[in-house]
Amino acid sequence: MSLSRAKSRKRQRLYLIGAALLAAAGAAALGLTAFRDSVVFFFSPTELAEQSPMDTGRRLRIGGLVEEGSLQKLDNGSTVTFTVTDLQHDVQVSYTGILPDLFREGQGVVAEGHMNPKGQFVAQEVLAKHDENYMPREVADALKKSGHWEEIEKKNAKNMRN
Amino acid sequence: MHRFAKPSVFLKLASAVMPWAIGITVLTLAVGLYLALVVSPADYQQGDTVRIMYIHVPAAWMGLFCYVGMAICGAMSLIWKHPLADIAARATAPIGATFTALCLITGSLWGEPMWGTWWVWDARLTSMLILLFLYLGYMALVNAFDDPERGSKAGSALALVGVINVPIVKFSVDWWNTLHQPASVARMGGPSIDPSMLWPLFLIAVGFTGYYVIVLILRVRLELNERRIRALQLSGIGEDSPGNAQPAYNPEQAGAGK
Amino acid sequence: MTDFFEMGGYAGYVWSSYGLATIALLVLLMVSLRGLTKSRRDLAHLETLLKSRRPRRKKAPVRQP
Repeated sequence: MSLSRAKSRKRQRLYLIGAALLAAAGAAALGLTAFRDSVVFFFSPTELAEQSPMDTGRRLRIGGLVEEGSLQKLDNGSTVTFTVTDLQHDVQVSYTGILPDLFREGQGVVAEGHMNPKGQFVAQEVLAKHDENYMPREVADALKKSGHWEEIEKKNAKNMRN
Repeated sequence: MHRFAKPSVFLKLASAVMPWAIGITVLTLAVGLYLALVVSPADYQQGDTVRIMYIHVPAAWMGLFCYVGMAICGAMSLIWKHPLADIAARATAPIGATFTALCLITGSLWGEPMWGTWWVWDARLTSMLILLFLYLGYMALVNAFDDPERGSKAGSALALVGVINVPIVKFSVDWWNTLHQPASVARMGGPSIDPSMLWPLFLIAVGFTGYYVIVLILRVRLELNERRIRALQLSGIGEDSPGNAQPAYNPEQAGAGK
Repeated sequence: MTDFFEMGGYAGYVWSSYGLATIALLVLLMVSLRGLTKSRRDLAHLETLLKSRRPRRKKAPVRQP
């Protein structure tokens, strides 16, 4: 075996070990990031109510259901306000921007932003959080008619709390 | 030659399994795709984007399934030094990595229209990305050594350590609050998916499993051949004219070697 | 039929998911098949070399590691 071939193989090995180390380091770093910031992806209105006095400057995410009938469009057209609830506590949210397609009253939502001194949550980003139920429209309508829909909504609100 | 005795049993078995695997894969994927794209209904609130689920969820299952298989083979190769276990682990890694990457990409394509974001760092999405990195790390590691045995030792160790991530992926949506919704199929109280949507999901999952079997057999054969080639080269065959090892790239030299 | 392709306005997301899945799985299959074909060719070549060499090296037979 020639010297240059052995050298290039050594270099190849070096690169591969480097890649493996990078991948491992990346995995570890991602894991740590996840643990520090994102294991609790959002706070529920109840958790928010528990941590008073409210730190108004801190960026955080809140999650819950959009209360039925609470969505209002302000005069400028692009700002909306709505109430996020977990059926125990409520938070008022105001948001300027485009809402995701799934954003609906009665549906889950996760908003990122901060509390203002008036106790209102000013959202910079609003994401829709849907539940684990998938069904055609007819089945959903039938469930609503038979009154089983409320069970699903209650369960979703409970899911938002833990 | 006793080292090749067990692989020869595998090769015989694989030849018998192959036509069945191809038949089942083609059939289930054809019917599954027809149900997924044409027959199954749109979701009551997610509309037609729910059809992404029929790729996304089976790909996620395969990503986890392949990893568990790879870790078991890694353990067998570490403990019993079974050469076929190491080969099966090496052959599984790229398949699992492909499915995991597909899960992440289709999830992103689903999250953008429905959630309103391509990506968030919640526990489910992050742990799935770690799974992809574990696959890539394994593949880099097993090929990082001249001595395949050292490579497989290091790779098996990584595969075994990383297997802890599998339950984290599965239960992340229960242990922590996430943007990703909880499990819909493997959950207490049965699936929360309408039967008309479960059928395409299961058929495509079976099709993906069949695809895994096919590609696994191909890659195990490939690995066995490469091991034999390495053994022959180490024993001095074809060393006097290095071009012989790659006759595809150097046909003239291969002819001159005779 | 146009409904089928439009996917309720989500055509880009749905079709790119299915398209990428098809491409990725086909590419992995092709890469594996081509690798196997190449390894078979290389191996056959080495085996013929092995056969042609055996009679010449009676004192130092080829070792199997």
